[in-house]
Amino acid sequence: MLYREVGQFKTSYQSDEAIFPIAQDRWFVIALILFAFLGVPLFAGQYLYTELLIPVLILSIAAIGLNILTGYCGQLSLGSGGFMAVGAYAAYNLALRLPETNIVLVFLLAGLMAMLVGLLFGLPSLRIKGFYLAVATLAAQFFLEWAFARVKWFTNYAPSGSVAVGRIELFGFPIDSPGKTYIFVLAFTIVLALAAKNLVRGRIGRMWMAIRDMDIAAEIIGIRPLHAKLSAFAVSSFYIGVAGALWGFLRLGSWEPLAFDVNRSFQVLFMIIIGGLGTILGSFLGAAFIVLVPIFLNQLPSRLGVPLSTAAISNIEFMLFGATIIFFLIVEPRGLARLWAIAKEKLRLWPFPY
Amino acid sequence: MLGPVIETLIGGLLTGVLYALVALGFVLIFKASGVFNFAQGAMVLFAALSLARLSEFMPLLLALALSIAIMIALAYAIELLVLRHLINQEGIILFMATLGIAYFLEGFGQTLWGSDIYKIDLGLPTNPIFLFETVFPGGILVDPAELIAAIICAVLVLVLALFFQFTRMGRALRAVADDHQAAQSVGIPLGQIWLMVWAVAGLVALVAGMMWGTKLGVQFSLSLVALKALPVLILGGFTSIPGAIVGGLIIGAGEKLAEVLLAPVLIRTFDLAGGGIENWFAYVLALLFLLVRPQGLFGERIIERV
Amino acid sequence: MRAPTGQDIAADELLLSVDDVSLSFGGVKAVTGVSFDIRKGEIRAIIGPNGAGKTSMLNVINGFYHPQRGKITFKGKTRSRMRPYEAARGGIARTFQNVALFKGMTALDNIMAGRALKMRRGFFCQMLWLGPALAEEVEHRRRVEEIIDFLKIQHIRKTPVGKLPYGLQKRVELGRALAMEPDLLLLDEPMAGMNLEEKEDMSRYILDLNNHFGTTIALIEHDMGVVMDLSDRVLVLDHGIKIADGAPAEVQADARVIDAYLGVSH
Repeated sequence: MLYREVGQFKTSYQSDEAIFPIAQDRWFVIALILFAFLGVPLFAGQYLYTELLIPVLILSIAAIGLNILTGYCGQLSLGSGGFMAVGAYAAYNLALRLPETNIVLVFLLAGLMAMLVGLLFGLPSLRIKGFYLAVATLAAQFFLEWAFARVKWFTNYAPSGSVAVGRIELFGFPIDSPGKTYIFVLAFTIVLALAAKNLVRGRIGRMWMAIRDMDIAAEIIGIRPLHAKLSAFAVSSFYIGVAGALWGFLRLGSWEPLAFDVNRSFQVLFMIIIGGLGTILGSFLGAAFIVLVPIFLNQLPSRLGVPLSTAAISNIEFMLFGATIIFFLIVEPRGLARLWAIAKEKLRLWPFPY
Repeated sequence: MLGPVIETLIGGLLTGVLYALVALGFVLIFKASGVFNFAQGAMVLFAALSLARLSEFMPLLLALALSIAIMIALAYAIELLVLRHLINQEGIILFMATLGIAYFLEGFGQTLWGSDIYKIDLGLPTNPIFLFETVFPGGILVDPAELIAAIICAVLVLVLALFFQFTRMGRALRAVADDHQAAQSVGIPLGQIWLMVWAVAGLVALVAGMMWGTKLGVQFSLSLVALKALPVLILGGFTSIPGAIVGGLIIGAGEKLAEVLLAPVLIRTFDLAGGGIENWFAYVLALLFLLVRPQGLFGERIIERV
Repeated sequence: MRAPTGQDIAADELLLSVDDVSLSFGGVKAVTGVSFDIRKGEIRAIIGPNGAGKTSMLNVINGFYHPQRGKITFKGKTRSRMRPYEAARGGIARTFQNVALFKGMTALDNIMAGRALKMRRGFFCQMLWLGPALAEEVEHRRRVEEIIDFLKIQHIRKTPVGKLPYGLQKRVELGRALAMEPDLLLLDEPMAGMNLEEKEDMSRYILDLNNHFGTTIALIEHDMGVVMDLSDRVLVLDHGIKIADGAPAEVQADARVIDAYLGVSH
């Protein structure tokens, strides 16, 4: 009875095109955002910030990026790790060599750098169909990993091969606590997610989805496949680059190329498979899942009194991810986001069964 | 100067044979079901682990027989739990399912058999052979284990090629690869076919695992070798058995030669902190190939009709 | 869907002319030396037994296949090869035998996708949404709703097209083609797989399009009744060769056409 649209008529196309056409959804999301900004800081401790909230938010940005390319436009990429690295190292070098630059600008420029590198790899590669693109992105991944390890300029000639960054500050205001970092990342995430949602619900999203669903048919309505794929690649790389920069600066503090290796690429891919391909919500849900499982696995054995070695936990993680992906592909290929949508459908009918 | 280059070349070619063995498994499954089996690498690891651990407390031949049985059982499980439920799905869904299988197998294999590095002792001669000692000073170093792997690989390829070309089962497999629904509608039992193909791929994985395991020791990174199979397949064509061999040889030799010849030049020119070109050379080579000849040297051109 | 203006080619002028086009696929001759034209504002049917090369002919006009020989002149411009999106930009829209809809999207989104060429707002506007991008979206939504009204598919506009029955899918595909406001509409077996009622509906839509909006239509069709009723002129192909071209009644009585359908070799 609660979740009824009865009485909610759309009197303009504008209201029909809204992100949350159902009023109850709108209120829920507004409440959620208010809670995220105002409520969470009231009770959250350092652990919750650094191990759960901040990683989930940053990885959501990366997941949104990959979802744009793979979920909405249908181009498989296994190079997310490499592009995150581009963002991280670009931000590092920018902050190092132009220290007066506003940190928000640094992160955005880092994303832009990743976009350019993405276009460089994407331009020759996008004539290649679907699956083969995965190989091209793998080439990008391994090459970039190697480049950041070998080209000394990127790491500022550090003998150890790893880089470190200090605290960031915004307009002179130091971001020096997990709580402040969380608010900063939250703001970034919400703005980027909103921009992405706006992109995908309009003509550009339709263009991408047309390419995904049938690129031959997309041509007959005047869409140029190369142009569409490149734009998806560009936007996707931008998001992933920004995520990489945020990850390096605000989650790791110091890193080496290994932090952005091929396993990271698979991690982001799993997020969008499990969360839901072609949905913005799914990017968040998938990121949350991927972050929560290891935390859960680390906590559970000690709570149950059964000690497990790190190797054993890592193996269980692998098995769990593998099994979950297979489960979702068989049962609900559109992931957690679809399960959420189904739950809402049931709620609309509640308490009636159909 | 030529001596070391030839040595590298031969070493690379032999490594290439090992790549080809892994790629063969991919080709089999792709040829017969149109699925790109990302889990092939994990299967190689799983097979190698089984053999390594079993042979620790039983004679090698028995361990081998048991490993074969295990791989067949694995194929059965995969067909029952995963493939059967995804029969009419698109390629990308099946690919992601094999991704899931890969991750699951890696975790499962190591849970079952342990995560350390294990040795496989096949009783092969380990002393390096020196060839052409009269032509090049010191001779050219060749690893006999790899030589034997090359021979085994050649035999395997011959058997498989004959199988696909001339037997009824082989034809049925090719029909299935073309179109699942059509094959079903002429009465080809899809489930049984897939079971057979995955079992054969599993056996190929076992052979590959044996050879790799003898060379490297059996460890987790073995499954990463699977990623290397992708460039091999790009070069050779996803559906071609001889292509997998040629592709493997080119990649294997190319990598090693690039490391020995190209890396020093790059290091000098760009003041790099070391080599390691091998990590990406194969993929970049594959990328260039994709631009020029996407179906590979021996693969089939896919024509899209509207 | 706008009435022809003075700027357009005058009615009864040639909109499309196909000049000695030959197409083969590695030895298989799909089309050999075919020439015909389509006048502005007419309904042109292309008929022939299976395998006659009808779809290949449409594909050549559309830009999917590039003929080995011959030229196509559209709206006065001649070219021998172009990409499908260039044809779309030029004003040619197309439907397919096996419905080529975007299965992951709703009916509304599919038809809105047809407005792709007419929507211009850039990336930054889109990311912002409010303002120019929203205004453009609403404007085109309005036009698309007109098409939805015309085709009577209001009730399924938010349904994912994969879930729709075949007949409705074909209507959505027609809607998407209409959204392009094309000069030339190519329909590949628009009535295939439909029952009598659906065929009558589709025939009415085609006639309305032609009468009220002046859309030039070329259609491939197997149902002779439909062809006779709807078309102004008929082109008959057999084994890739043109064997008749004229008014429906002429063509129907032509001995060669009758032979072709009965399978008499010639």
